[in-house]
Amino acid sequence: MDSMTIIAVASIVIAGITISLGAIGPALAEGRAVATALTSLAQQPDASATITRTLFVGLAMIESIAIYCFVVSMILIFANPFWNHVIAQTAGK
Amino acid sequence: MHLTPDEMIFWQHGFLKLNGTIVFTWGLMLVLAVGSRLITRKLSIGVERSRWQNLLEIVVTGIEKQIEEVGLSQPRKYIGFLGTLFLFIATASLCTVIPGYQPPTGSLSTTAALALCVFVAVPFFGIEEQGVGNYLKSYAKPTFIMLPFNIISELSRTLALAVRLFGNMMSGAMIIGILLTITPFIFPIVMTLLGQLTGMVQAYIFSILAAVYIAAATQVRKPEPAPAQTVPA
Repeated sequence: MDSMTIIAVASIVIAGITISLGAIGPALAEGRAVATALTSLAQQPDASATITRTLFVGLAMIESIAIYCFVVSMILIFANPFWNHVIAQTAGK
Repeated sequence: MHLTPDEMIFWQHGFLKLNGTIVFTWGLMLVLAVGSRLITRKLSIGVERSRWQNLLEIVVTGIEKQIEEVGLSQPRKYIGFLGTLFLFIATASLCTVIPGYQPPTGSLSTTAALALCVFVAVPFFGIEEQGVGNYLKSYAKPTFIMLPFNIISELSRTLALAVRLFGNMMSGAMIIGILLTITPFIFPIVMTLLGQLTGMVQAYIFSILAAVYIAAATQVRKPEPAPAQTVPA
């Protein structure tokens, strides 16, 4: 296998693995966060504004981790510097 | 399929490029500035007011209440900065319904610029509230060993702000683009609605996080209360 094939295979496989593994943790964490928020809403309904706002901020911070994995995956597929370098080399030849 | 509106070039001259991000940002600035100027030309105090003024008042008082709830006791000082952040990001996301429009926040340059504004604004408001010495001393709290960690956390949360907003906006635009090539009838409309929801939530998150960082920086330490003098009965 020449280096072009290796780069292509590695990029594709790792892009898939990145986003699939990277979405597990945040999904579990967000489920726990919402469950706890619902419990505390049931116990203290008049604090619902604070609880809801804190819940949204917490969810956004957890979601960021999944977004980082998604951005890496997108870079590997669409803006891959190694692939561009190899393509430029073969186009120049 | 383009990843960001950076790749839509409208005009080019040498190294000066007018790409989609810049053009759409200018469009948004025009809409927001001209719109609010037209609405606030004839303000009325009193029960009779135009519905546009009512709308703006709802938005402004809503943002003010949110800033106050975060812990900033004088929201009028900060509403210029925080309100602009929220309105810009929210309008950038809402205008996705216009065909041919790509949100400029889908480009890492725009979100990095907004995050840098927050990065500069936090020490600015902190020094304005506490003075230079007190603000710099707050980096060494609770112990002096925390100094490098406080600085690193300052930098990393700025980066997180930029990448979070960029990732959310780009993924929304990309999913709609991909679905348009697969099932071009109902499903892209549903995903556009979901994109609107995440856009509004991300606008709220960005401005609330900026407010929380500013509140943490402007927390004036209360002086120790004098011990109560007990008068022997």
